[in-house]
Amino acid sequence: MSDLEQLPDRGGPAQPLLIVKGLMKHFPIGSIMTGGKQVVRAVDGLDLTIGKRETLGIVGESGCGKSTASRLIMSLIEPTAGEIVFDGDLVGATGGISLKEYRRQVQMVFQDSYSSLNPRLTIEESIAYAPQVHGVSRSKAVERAHDLLEAVGLAPGQYARRFPHELSGGQRQRVNIARALALQPRLIILDEPVSALDKSVEAQVLNLLLDLKEQFGLTYLFISHDLNVVEHVADRVLVMYLGKVAEVGPVGDIFRAPAHPYTRALLASRPSMDPARRRTEPPLRGDPPNPINPPSGCRFRTRCVMARAVCAEKIPPLASEDNAHETACHAVTPNSGYAESERMVA
Amino acid sequence: MAVQPLVRARDLHVSFVSRDSTVKAVNGIDLDLVEGEVLCILGESGSGKSVTLRALMQLNPKGKTVMSGELNVAGNDMMTISDAKLSAMRGKVVSMIFQEPMTALDPVFTIGQQIGETLMRHEGIGYREAEKKALDLLELVQIPSAKRRLGAYPHELSGGLRQRAMIAMAISCRPKLLLADEPTTALDATVQIQILLLLRRLQQELGMGVVFVTHDLGVAGEIADRIAVMYAGRMVELGSVTDVMAKPLHPYAQGLMGATVHAGNRGKRLTTIPGSPPDLRFPIPGCAFAPRCQYVGDACREHVPDFRYPAEGRAVRCVKAEEVAAA
Repeated sequence: MSDLEQLPDRGGPAQPLLIVKGLMKHFPIGSIMTGGKQVVRAVDGLDLTIGKRETLGIVGESGCGKSTASRLIMSLIEPTAGEIVFDGDLVGATGGISLKEYRRQVQMVFQDSYSSLNPRLTIEESIAYAPQVHGVSRSKAVERAHDLLEAVGLAPGQYARRFPHELSGGQRQRVNIARALALQPRLIILDEPVSALDKSVEAQVLNLLLDLKEQFGLTYLFISHDLNVVEHVADRVLVMYLGKVAEVGPVGDIFRAPAHPYTRALLASRPSMDPARRRTEPPLRGDPPNPINPPSGCRFRTRCVMARAVCAEKIPPLASEDNAHETACHAVTPNSGYAESERMVA
Repeated sequence: MAVQPLVRARDLHVSFVSRDSTVKAVNGIDLDLVEGEVLCILGESGSGKSVTLRALMQLNPKGKTVMSGELNVAGNDMMTISDAKLSAMRGKVVSMIFQEPMTALDPVFTIGQQIGETLMRHEGIGYREAEKKALDLLELVQIPSAKRRLGAYPHELSGGLRQRAMIAMAISCRPKLLLADEPTTALDATVQIQILLLLRRLQQELGMGVVFVTHDLGVAGEIADRIAVMYAGRMVELGSVTDVMAKPLHPYAQGLMGATVHAGNRGKRLTTIPGSPPDLRFPIPGCAFAPRCQYVGDACREHVPDFRYPAEGRAVRCVKAEEVAAA
């Protein structure tokens, strides 16, 4: 192979680019003292689909499992259970798509732009590295690295030979994006790509990401704790709480008509941006509970104002009336037993 | 005679000197804060906002820091203050809360011991009484099951509770001035709003003056009376929170407002400020924002613009302020 091309669409537009089923990751944390049985349920049964050329935003607080989910989807860590289907092919299975081929088509951009670049390689070497692993000649790979630097707004003549420490945070994140594009991927996982950047630079990088998506026909999985950023870039949004999906739906529905009490609280926690209408009451009390020992039933019930007895007994399934907007909450699910259930005394 | 301001700084400079270079972190700041007022210093990384805050308590590293200008905090001349007077003042008159409570709290002492230590040092009370007061303070900052938490070590608490414990420690001696260095940045959204509302309530109840450093416009909007926008070690705009958020006058403040992602600009391109903040080792003659500014003219590059006062209570350091305001 002399040059890499983006692999063709196989399943057609109706086939989601990525389907994740029952993905689970439990990290053992037990010592001999505790019998070695304790686990952190970082991701506990995650289902999601991403359509072609769509941006799925994942939001949630620290410890909700969004970063673990991204690493599982990238196959950087082994899942405890679950499967990933990429454009109709099961990943890593015989007859499916091999891990090497999958990783060529899925690339990732991390939050920390500095630690995710090799400090001893110039940026053109970093960008040209992976294509060479996949059989592209060095000269071709470097030539392409220069094109990509151009595409992310860094003049190759000025920057190609620099080392990561000679660049600013925003420039380094542009290099990381160029490196992710080098293998002509179809899906890019962006794990808090702008969180470490200053506001004025954040806007530049967000604009760049939106442009590149058009230019290269990309699909994004965009993970962020910043709801405003997710609202800006995502087509669909998935809200996670303690390793489980609380709510998923089109961005407009989630932000205008959130159904899950956690989503509502998360949205109401945003600063008002208007000093005349400041927040007066915090929408939630306390911190998210520890994922080592999550509450029974609905994991949000310990902080939920609507919690009733049924919430402690049964885990609410993701349910919906129209399939597009799903919510895991007994209160909005018909026949869940919520209406008959007794109120919890807080 | 007018009321003595709590903080008064005139032409304050702070530089860090090392063998290789001199970094001019703060280049001439004038600052006034009256009792009971909340001032937010808004700026990006490297703008000098945290250095300014630390200078108010003389917390910048000794021996490497060179300060000049005039700085008076609660009637004390901070340029000439003795070490003994300084340590009597820290915690009692001025105290600080930091961004990362895990590194700001001592991991080998319990929360109760750490709050008690401050109380015993400044109030001259015994251990028993200090412990009792520490319990009251934990209840004041709304830590649930406060009695049990008194004996907890910092690592046993969640991020939100740790930040509450640090606030309890900072307000233990009812300081006149509270300095807050991005206290909510490391917290989750649902916890951040709780801490902001708590700080606002405590500030009103105790009547403290607060200098609050943040890079987040939304946070400033929730807590500030006045906003000071900093860029490359200088204050570029100062005004009431309502004025600055509704109509920023400095091109940088305007750019920051436009670049902040908020509800309602979905699908639109964000307006951006080109380039990136300057390297303070190599000072820019003239206005430091000139290389990134769309209104830039020759005068901007020649010397640092003076403050202009376009309206009551507003100040902006820009020679093109009228043009920018009209745009």
